Amino acid sequence: MAHSAVTINPTKPGGVAVGLVLVLTLGTLGAVAWRADWGRGLGAADWAAVTFTVTQALVSAGLSCLLAIPVARALARRRFWGRSVLVTLLGAPFLLPVIVAVLGLLAVFGRNGILNDALGALGLPEVSIYGFHGVVLAHVFFNLPLVTRLILQGWLSIPAERFRLAASLDTPVGRMLEWPMLRTVLPPAFLIVSLICLTSFAVALTLGGGPRATTVELAIYQALRFDFDLGRAAMLALIQFGLCLIAATLAWRMTAVDGLGTGLDRSVDRWDGSRWGDGVIIALAATFLLMPLIMVIVRGVPGLFELPIDIWRAALRSVIVAAISAALCIGLTLALALRGGWIVGLVGVLPLAASSLVVGTGLFLLVYPFANPAKLALVVTALVNAVLALPFALRSVAPTVDKITSDYARLSAILDMSPWVWTTRVVLPRLRRPLGFASGLAAALSMGDLGVIALFAGDAQETLPLAMYRLMGAYRMDAAAGAALVLLVLSFALFWICDRGGRVDADL
Amino acid sequence: MLTCEKLELTQGAFHLSADVRFAKQAITAVIGPSGAGKSTLLLAIAGFFAAQSGDVLLDDDSFMSAAPGKRPVSMLFQDNNLFPHLSIFENVGLGLRSRGRLDAAERGTVMAVLIRVGLKDMADRKPAALSGGQQSRVALARLLLADRPVVLLDEPFAALGPSLKEEMLDLMQEMLVQDAGATVLMVTHDPADARRIADHVAWVADGVVHAPQPTAAIFADPPSGLRGYLGKMG
Repeated sequence: MAHSAVTINPTKPGGVAVGLVLVLTLGTLGAVAWRADWGRGLGAADWAAVTFTVTQALVSAGLSCLLAIPVARALARRRFWGRSVLVTLLGAPFLLPVIVAVLGLLAVFGRNGILNDALGALGLPEVSIYGFHGVVLAHVFFNLPLVTRLILQGWLSIPAERFRLAASLDTPVGRMLEWPMLRTVLPPAFLIVSLICLTSFAVALTLGGGPRATTVELAIYQALRFDFDLGRAAMLALIQFGLCLIAATLAWRMTAVDGLGTGLDRSVDRWDGSRWGDGVIIALAATFLLMPLIMVIVRGVPGLFELPIDIWRAALRSVIVAAISAALCIGLTLALALRGGWIVGLVGVLPLAASSLVVGTGLFLLVYPFANPAKLALVVTALVNAVLALPFALRSVAPTVDKITSDYARLSAILDMSPWVWTTRVVLPRLRRPLGFASGLAAALSMGDLGVIALFAGDAQETLPLAMYRLMGAYRMDAAAGAALVLLVLSFALFWICDRGGRVDADL
Repeated sequence: MLTCEKLELTQGAFHLSADVRFAKQAITAVIGPSGAGKSTLLLAIAGFFAAQSGDVLLDDDSFMSAAPGKRPVSMLFQDNNLFPHLSIFENVGLGLRSRGRLDAAERGTVMAVLIRVGLKDMADRKPAALSGGQQSRVALARLLLADRPVVLLDEPFAALGPSLKEEMLDLMQEMLVQDAGATVLMVTHDPADARRIADHVAWVADGVVHAPQPTAAIFADPPSGLRGYLGKMG
């Protein structure tokens, strides 16, 4: 070996973190595989669940990609008042609790929603949001913004000179510049959205159901909570893992895309397209994305006065779980980023293939013989969400750690710093921005989680999303709307506080 | 005497042999074409580049197996010599104590050095608030506090303007060599730097570090490779 590696980064905590992530992903998978009961084979209902899961994921991803193309193109070539706010808002659905979005969508597209009110006034038949198209609608709502940001990034990465050149040559921009860009950006975006849609339990829980609209994850939940059929739940969890593994492997091989990137604040001067056409597209997309959020606020404010006291207790529980989960996630992220190496790369991706329901089922099987799972519901929720947020946190933190190491590891080594001093006085202060962002992300994701908690919790462990779901199930829609507003505000407030904390006085 | 004993440095197709001695309490300029391995030689002496074979000694004591921070060596790199998020005082303080907090007496020592390099009013500022020349003085202050016998300079002043660079070189010579008695190895691509302050010049080319020659002598009658290099430089 020629270069002696500068071994100033502490590696032991990273080893512990690797172990923890492996136990929670592959370990729980082992538990699931061990308990899976294949004796009865796959019934018709199971096959229907697999088919539905895959179909809705592919259709949702396809629609999201297709609709995102015109929106991204319009945003890329138009400058208008509020553009940067709109682009920032495109990042919001990532932090938005699923159940809140579902409530907003119900307020627009549901039975008593504004769309059906309008259709009724015109004497037209009403549409139903439940079932296949409801699930797809919710998925498009969540992923259209994500794909739009990804494509917008691709569009803005085409140098402005090329558009000028194409305009002066009078060459069609589409074939020359845009199609090659889309061909590289769209396939990974499609796969990532498919993966997200394969594992979005809360959407299926609220808008799906019944023999024709049950996902594998929903079937796991029902097998565990309603039938207490551990063998069948484990078998389904194994199938779900297989589906995710295929999608995750394909997505990862298509190289990494980072939908959280910044620098989308500019637009490109172009000499084609109609100003009116783009305006209509942007207005439609903004309406589709903003109406549900506006409805959450409009219906939520009066609902605030009908909130049972339990909701505030649940909210407090959720905030505490989110804080613990974020702290755990940051600890793991830091330990892994400092350790580096291929195994950390692997560990940083594994949680993407693990759905919270699969991990939850595995933990349930491990815990059940020894303790009442409900007692551990909050601990498990904090832990699982920390691990599930890890890939995103690692993506935002690891590049900065690498940069700090390449810039300052030699200087620190020749000054004879200890790993402790290096970590606390050099790495941590310089990492504040990405750490703030990542902890905000982890806190918001955990705050809105309605996955593993649904498997474990009894009444005494209700988090805010679960309490809200139960209000909806009891048709107490006003109170649910109030709870949704509280959850919305808390999620974004947690993110804002953490992200802000990383920015204030961060004079680097 | 700083000695490189049959030092062999290899990385891919790159190779450099060094079997030379550098005079103590003096400045040796290391010059040579880019890619010849000037920086690599310094990195090997500092412990950042593992030699294939050979030894590095200070007064017959080998420090080849020591970690970079445990060698009798300080080094300034081409950039990133200061931590941008730490104050000037903290940056300089790291030269004295890099594992823990400074006590009152040590804080006084740090302040004294800052006064010596003319930065006493800058103690609480961050590096970004200082000019390039002032930042170089901060790095010098830290070298003085670290007080290690060997100082390696890998063109840390390359980004400074000509007059500022000359000022820094003079300050280095005065404070590091004359006052503190350090042995300095200084990489440079500018022969004028060597002429200004170096006692000796080591010519690095064709995979070999040549034995240092007195500065006046080597420029009066350069070896053929150096003659070509100087000619190209104009």
